[in-house]
Amino acid sequence: MSLLWRTDGQAGRVVPPSGFTAHLLVFAAAAMAFLAVFALALSLASGRLAARWGDELAQSATIRIVAPLEQRDAQTEAALRILQTTAGVAFARALDTEEQQALLAPWFGPELDIENLPVPQLIEVIEEDTGFDAAGLRLRLAAEVPGAVLDDHTQWRAPLVEAADRLRLLGGISIVLLAVTMAAVVTLAANAALAANAQVIKVLRLVGATDQFIAQAFVRRFTGRALAGALGGTLLGMVAVLLLPPASDAGGFLTGLGFQGLEWALPLLIPLLAAVVAFGATGWSAKRVLGELA
Amino acid sequence: MIELENVAYSYSGGALFSDISLRLAPGSFHFLTGPSGAGKTTFLKLCYGALLPTAGQVTIFDKDLAALTRDDIAILRRRMGVVHQDCQFLDHLTLSENLALPLIASDRAAEDAQQDLEDLMAWVDLTHRADALPPELSGGERQRAALARGVIMSPDVIIADEPTGNVDWEMSQRLLRLLVELNKMGKTVLVATHDLSLIRAAKSQVQARVLRIASNRVQLAGADL
Ligand SMILES: Nc1ncnc2c1ncn2[C@@H]1O[C@H](COP(=O)(O)OP(=O)(O)OP(=O)(O)O)[C@@H](O)[C@H]1O
Ligand SMILES: [Mg+2]
Repeated sequence: MSLLWRTDGQAGRVVPPSGFTAHLLVFAAAAMAFLAVFALALSLASGRLAARWGDELAQSATIRIVAPLEQRDAQTEAALRILQTTAGVAFARALDTEEQQALLAPWFGPELDIENLPVPQLIEVIEEDTGFDAAGLRLRLAAEVPGAVLDDHTQWRAPLVEAADRLRLLGGISIVLLAVTMAAVVTLAANAALAANAQVIKVLRLVGATDQFIAQAFVRRFTGRALAGALGGTLLGMVAVLLLPPASDAGGFLTGLGFQGLEWALPLLIPLLAAVVAFGATGWSAKRVLGELA
Repeated sequence: MIELENVAYSYSGGALFSDISLRLAPGSFHFLTGPSGAGKTTFLKLCYGALLPTAGQVTIFDKDLAALTRDDIAILRRRMGVVHQDCQFLDHLTLSENLALPLIASDRAAEDAQQDLEDLMAWVDLTHRADALPPELSGGERQRAALARGVIMSPDVIIADEPTGNVDWEMSQRLLRLLVELNKMGKTVLVATHDLSLIRAAKSQVQARVLRIASNRVQLAGADL
């Protein structure tokens, strides 16, 4: 004869189990957690991508000196002088003949006599962390070194970084939307359960249960279901991410979708978030319905 | 203990009670009688705060009911054992779990309460039905269980609505003895019944007074029953 419930965790049992709705809630929580795992993976992957593109390319720039052979050296000198007095430039140097030759070797072979060809002279510019004022530098170059073309990579880097940032934002928005949807689903389910259990609530009040006790009984039920469902969905989602093809250079962004290292701990926050959302939503519903059932 | 002052009550239809003033002293034993539909259940509900009077004032344990919140009333109920005419169980819980509900609701489901619960179940002869669900019980079994649940918190006041309506004479005597016993321990008892033989049996054991509902009033009945 098991008479009393010793741990108050079981007090949730005063709410009758409602098989079908309970399963629906668990399923919905699982589905949303599963989707949230992917939203999180997307968000993290695009964040990584944006950071990588930003870092790798932001620190260097190139200046090409396109000039007739006899002016090339003079213009290169002039450009280097300008660079020396440009704020944000850490280091600048003209590539020597061998380096330029190495760069061109794949196209023209190693025998190319670069000295006597009108090949642009390349100047490598390494920026300081703060970067330099590209527009200002361009103006000064245009005035003094007519053959100089500054290529600071921003033109093609910026849209990529922006796209990655946008993707990360979308991932974040998706997670917020999933949480809000979860709150809505739990609220609907809790409202239905509270309304269906008006008689139970009446009996509980008759035996001296306060609103807080009654609300807690419902909150426990729903928080438990949301947590269980979300935990299952999250684990499935993580397995699915794990089974994605590994990142490779050929696949680029697509195969980069996944978690790296400690990031694997982050999806485990999803069930917690689901539980917190369910806790809040049920508590709020219970408060409202118990007030109406006065 | 329970005081009514110029209390009136009416459902949407007509006035059921008007101008009732009454005081149930601590330790007293009262019966409430009247024909079916006279308002016995309604009167009891006014006494335990399930209904608020449409006029007048009800005071329980020196507290004006109208001034209490829902939770205040719930907590007051822990000092009142209420036995409902229609029993009011949770059908998904076993009988023993139902009996323990008041303890659970007030966070007193401790080890030492276990013994009280077993004693009470034995007293109302339901030990063998402990794991049954309420819908599986007979009317009489339900009533005995309801009475047991009503007294499990060792309340100061016991209010019972037809507690012997469905049980045989022998069992009704046993339930009556439980109520008398509790009254002798100093508890205030109010029992609604239309069973005059129960009242007669009680009068030989305890100083019980009889309230009768007639023409919108609740009045002390004479000694002649
Ligand atoms: N919730 C309600 N709404 C409207 N009328 C009600 C309500 N409850 C009871 N009544 C009416 O009030 C009157 C008194 O009902 P009550 O249940 O108090 O009678 P009773 O004396 O307990 O009867 P019984 O001996 O049959 O239990 C009845 O006419 C009943 O129909
Ligand atoms: Mg009645």
